[in-house]
Amino acid sequence: MQSFIDAYSQVNLHYLLEGLWVTVEVSVTSILFSFLIGTLLGIARYINVRIFSAAVGFVIDLIRNLPLLLILFFTYFALPNIGIRLGVIPASIVAMTIFESAMLAEIVRSGINAVPVGQMEAARSNGLSYVQAMVHIILPQAFKAMIPPIVSQFISLVKDTSLATIILLPELTYHAQIIYGQDVNYTIPMFVALAVLYFVVNYALSLGARLINRRLNHA
Amino acid sequence: MLSILTNNYGTLMSGLGYTLLSSLIALVFSLIIGTVFALMEISPHKWLRVIGKLYVEVIRNIPLLIITMGFYVIVPKYLLPVDGFTAGTIGLTIYTSAFIAETVRAGIQSVAVGQMEGARSVGLTYTQAMSQIVFPQAIKIVIPPLGNQFINLVKNSSILAFVAGFDLMYQGKIIANATFNTFDTYLVVGLLYLILTMPLSYLMRHLEKKWVTA
Repeated sequence: MQSFIDAYSQVNLHYLLEGLWVTVEVSVTSILFSFLIGTLLGIARYINVRIFSAAVGFVIDLIRNLPLLLILFFTYFALPNIGIRLGVIPASIVAMTIFESAMLAEIVRSGINAVPVGQMEAARSNGLSYVQAMVHIILPQAFKAMIPPIVSQFISLVKDTSLATIILLPELTYHAQIIYGQDVNYTIPMFVALAVLYFVVNYALSLGARLINRRLNHA
Repeated sequence: MLSILTNNYGTLMSGLGYTLLSSLIALVFSLIIGTVFALMEISPHKWLRVIGKLYVEVIRNIPLLIITMGFYVIVPKYLLPVDGFTAGTIGLTIYTSAFIAETVRAGIQSVAVGQMEGARSVGLTYTQAMSQIVFPQAIKIVIPPLGNQFINLVKNSSILAFVAGFDLMYQGKIIANATFNTFDTYLVVGLLYLILTMPLSYLMRHLEKKWVTA
């Protein structure tokens, strides 16, 4: 019990929270970029321009079928080999963004697919252009359906940032490792702290998503 | 790029073998554990439901790395010696079982309630109705998402690289460090992962389409 009390000293807790902040920063930045790129990719795949959409679809499939860890290794260790050097934080954000964009593209595409075809037809027959119909009619409805899957994707992103400890990104898991690296007795307290912190953040996110979902369905 | 593959063919194949082995072992055990927790989640007993729900929610919201490292770092120190491959596979099993529990639960709940009621009113017990009427119908619904879980499992097994589990990612890291040719090495490793995951993911998409329309 004493080891728990010692391990959770003010300095250590502060250090853990610093790590958590980096986790949140990297996750939020990546999800914002991924949301933009994923939406564009999802639309590109949806509009069905012959070779273009198929090619986009194939690249999305390739990325979705690779381990995120490999993409992370690629952006941090492999790119310098061809002259592109990224720092730890940019390399992490780029890797997460590549992976999550592909995931979100699929969510966006199925979100758009879920909007009844009549919506597009009605918008077009009222005189809106395809782009106007997409932006003002289809996407707002699609985004509503996409909120729950996007939040669960965000939750896995928060969990996956822990993989970046391997390239020494100073996030939560890495900071915990440093603390228990100094004193063996802190190992179990640190793992407990990690589990609790990740759980609290992610469970709060999923509760939030449930709440938003309920609101939207009532409105 | 080709030289990386030819010079390290044996190492890469053994890595691929360990990746596949770990994924298959984890699949079998997480199917069993996942199904047990799924049944607990929908059980008529309140306490079983609470335990099932708790397990799934806790495991799903913790990173795989934390679970795996927990086994790799803590278990050998206080309980019994485990190697990286075992610790990694146990971590994978526990993590995946929570997702499989959710998939199986959703599958069982998508079988019409009337099926259970009908079976019960004909005189079957809860266990009989579940195992002979509801479960067989749920399996068909559940297979495509389970296939996707297996793809995730193959990808997630790269976590073994963290705990010296001799998998594809781990061997790739060693080859990259030895040859300094990181770009080509990780390209080759990526292609090998795709050989495992791409056919499976297209197969699952095909099954989804076929069975949804059927």
